[in-house]
Amino acid sequence: MIHTAIIMLAVGIFAGIAGAILGIGGGMIITPILTLGMGLNIKYAIGASIIAVIATSSGSTIAYLRDNVLNLRVAMFLEIATTIGAIVGALLTGVLDPKYLYLLFGCLLVFSGWNMYRKLRRGSEVLQRVEPDKIAAKLKLNGTYFDKAEMKDIDYQVENVPAGFSVMFGAGVASGLLGIGSGAFKVMALDTFMKMPLKPSSSTSNLMMGVTAAASATVYFFNGAILPGIAVPMALGILGGAVIGSRIMQVLPARWIRIVFIPIILYIGFEMLFKGLGVHF
Amino acid sequence: MAPKPATTAREMAQVETIIGRILQVGVIFSAIVMLIGLALFLVTGYSGYEGDFVPRQMGMILAGTWQLKPYAIMMLGVYCLILTPVLRVVVSIYAFYKEKDHLYVAITTLVLIILLIALAIGVKG
Repeated sequence: MIHTAIIMLAVGIFAGIAGAILGIGGGMIITPILTLGMGLNIKYAIGASIIAVIATSSGSTIAYLRDNVLNLRVAMFLEIATTIGAIVGALLTGVLDPKYLYLLFGCLLVFSGWNMYRKLRRGSEVLQRVEPDKIAAKLKLNGTYFDKAEMKDIDYQVENVPAGFSVMFGAGVASGLLGIGSGAFKVMALDTFMKMPLKPSSSTSNLMMGVTAAASATVYFFNGAILPGIAVPMALGILGGAVIGSRIMQVLPARWIRIVFIPIILYIGFEMLFKGLGVHF
Repeated sequence: MAPKPATTAREMAQVETIIGRILQVGVIFSAIVMLIGLALFLVTGYSGYEGDFVPRQMGMILAGTWQLKPYAIMMLGVYCLILTPVLRVVVSIYAFYKEKDHLYVAITTLVLIILLIALAIGVKG
């Protein structure tokens, strides 16, 4: 018992550090460790993982709030889509064959690896030109953020609100189904579809993760997917790890950390896919 | 439409700082509760319940916490952690109300209602 608690605490610290540095919810690391590494039933792993997402998001949100780059209106408006999606996802987990959960998870990791690679290759931020958008204006979604690198306020507009809203629903389903923060999908909705600059996109998505995860976590909490002996030491580890991670991030360039993590994430992704397909080596 | 263009950045920044504080307090509080539960569990080596049983009804968790059962306290801590983002939504409703942004009071209230529906589904399911 003490043994499990100590391992979970260590897993949490590791996931917290990695999550803070890589900007991923931690869920993507936790479920593979718990299932592949420790042989836990994937449903309990997902339950533990969704708690991890809340811990990571709540921890890092504080830092982002001080940075003052997030867009609270965009977050709140799109949370309508993510929370509904999260409930749908959490309910689906209960009825779906675990095999598919492994497959989906594997695909997700491979996608994230690719996504991180793409980010590596992308240069510095360029403000995209956006057509004035009626829906965005009506919902007061356009915003301003202070860019630390350029030392000035940057005004931006968003567009394509319906498309962003739909992708957010999908991100919510993925989050509820797999117990992840699905930050990559959220950033994609904001940045690729709605043309929001990257900095406000990532902090807004971070803020949304916690609320989205809370929707599915309540479902998991009451249907018994959360085991306190696992979730509690892990959540505590994550809270500690997130603090350490944010310190490390200030010293280490994120670029190198990404280069190290991409092959690891791809490897775990294929491992999960093989497990879903029932292939053994 | 509001007479001034939406709200000023400073006003929003203030709101966000308050929300950040509340999150911080919520996270620290739930961490302390979880820590007490975990410490008790490790020291006594007993979950407070038979076998692998985990309390998940609110009444049982509160009763168990009162009797200092480790698993009940741990679950209470987890529940508080889940509630922190919900608390953020509640505070945001108030913040938008203070700004007289009725559209966003409605939008944020809708998010809260969805979260309450999640709670209802969880309790029933």
